[in-house]
Amino acid sequence: MKVTKTDIKNRIKLPRVKKHAIKLSENVIKKTQNANRFFLAVGEFNLFFWLTAKAAFSRHFEFKEFLRQCFLVGNKTLPLITITGLVIGLVLTIQSRPILADFGATSLLPGMIALSIVREMGPVVTALICAGKIGSGMGAELGSMRVSEQIDAMEVSSINPIRFLVVPRVLAATLMIPILVLYADALGILGSWAGANIKGDVTFVLFFTQAFSALGFMDLIPAVIKTFFFGAAIGFVGCYKGYTAGRGTESVGKAANQSVVLASLFVIVIDLIAVQITDML
Amino acid sequence: MEKEINIAAPADAATFTPDEVIEINNLTIGFNNVPVLRDFSMQLFEKENLVVLGKSGSGKSVLIKCIVRLLHPDSGTINVLGENVNELNDRDLAELRKKIGFLFQSGALYDSMTIRENLEFPLMRIKKGLSKKEIDEKIIEALENVGLSDTLHKMPSELSGGMRKRASLARTIVVDPLIMLYDEPTTGLDPVTSDEISSLILEVQEKYNTSSIIITHDIECARATADRIIMLNKGEVYLEGTIGEFESSQDELIQSFFKIKNVNSHSKE
Repeated sequence: MKVTKTDIKNRIKLPRVKKHAIKLSENVIKKTQNANRFFLAVGEFNLFFWLTAKAAFSRHFEFKEFLRQCFLVGNKTLPLITITGLVIGLVLTIQSRPILADFGATSLLPGMIALSIVREMGPVVTALICAGKIGSGMGAELGSMRVSEQIDAMEVSSINPIRFLVVPRVLAATLMIPILVLYADALGILGSWAGANIKGDVTFVLFFTQAFSALGFMDLIPAVIKTFFFGAAIGFVGCYKGYTAGRGTESVGKAANQSVVLASLFVIVIDLIAVQITDML
Repeated sequence: MEKEINIAAPADAATFTPDEVIEINNLTIGFNNVPVLRDFSMQLFEKENLVVLGKSGSGKSVLIKCIVRLLHPDSGTINVLGENVNELNDRDLAELRKKIGFLFQSGALYDSMTIRENLEFPLMRIKKGLSKKEIDEKIIEALENVGLSDTLHKMPSELSGGMRKRASLARTIVVDPLIMLYDEPTTGLDPVTSDEISSLILEVQEKYNTSSIIITHDIECARATADRIIMLNKGEVYLEGTIGEFESSQDELIQSFFKIKNVNSHSKE
């Protein structure tokens, strides 16, 4: 049989084509598996959200546990929020004062600081701190309960773990974070007054009168409303990551870490949406 | 007559016997395409202590987790007190679980609660309508039964491993279960405490009239508690019988289980 040039070329090419085809099919399988994993995670997240919402509106509300969680959420973050709130106001004032002084507009300082703290800095910084402190705490606590079979023990005892563990935590975070934000706002303005007095002399009453005269309800209300969503997102993400943690001890750390990352991301995205909505009003 | 059988046990009417509390037929379950249990079948009879023996990874814990539906099998049926576990809705499953006590390998005590709260927590939710006095009495009785009446206000972290197991057992029996499932009750405990736990298992059975499945690889525990033993190997029933039948078996795998124990007792001597 006569072997042509084309036959030889084909023989050389075929393995190469085969190799590419195998690589391509492997990539397709990998991508499909990744997509599957993604859609499964989205489905699991939605299912968890549905189960939490269902349990939140059920007749048996764990009020005692809810109060305990409210205390823990508030108590855990209060010192941190106190320091951060004061420092934000102080730093903002120290940074802004020279620029305003150049334009002879230092009298606008209290209003400007109050607006920036109440509308943006206070809610976002407080929420990010809470994402780190509360979100990771919930992720680690529920994660370790999953690893040590405490959640399984509840299920086996006919106790709905979502009703007892998740709902009180999510609601506590939803309620307490707005309160913490208002507290941080107040301390921020106080810090600003302290900052203004480093190089100037402004009375407490004058500073606060000017600060509050610049604020309207439309500054305060949307800012407060979005903090409820921040709280719900932080509580929910922390609980979700902890509740769905794997079986090994390594997964506790992972759950805590992922809680912080995802909750922070949620805070920023919710803030973006809230800003867009406020802008339209 | 035919109608009666259909109502009582629709899935397996032909094999159902009145004193059967658990019946498992052709149970198959696997993870990531690796089979853990294959075509596994067994029965647990009323007031019986059934020991499921096997090496680590043979599917023992998976079996009892399937019974309470913490895991869903790939195929097969599990009937507990005449109800097909896999076909129950959430409410019926919760009702069924109230009749089953589960002692976890780690004890699984709620570490943010005191021992008293650990017992009170399921009791108040399962036995609704009990007065505070009745709750207190039941908690104290359960703790006395496991010899831990002085730990009422202690946190689980303040207890030793054996005490935690006993406290966990108290939490399980405080709700008066009909069936007890023990997941490796003596693992990680010293021989003396292991013996105490084995005795407690017998006492619980006697006092509360429970039927039990005891998952273990501890021969001494099996010897002390078993009415009947099932040995699992690679997800299948390897041998079923009494402790005497196991000890007289010439099978290499079974002998290897008992040999280890004998070596230990020789070295002690």
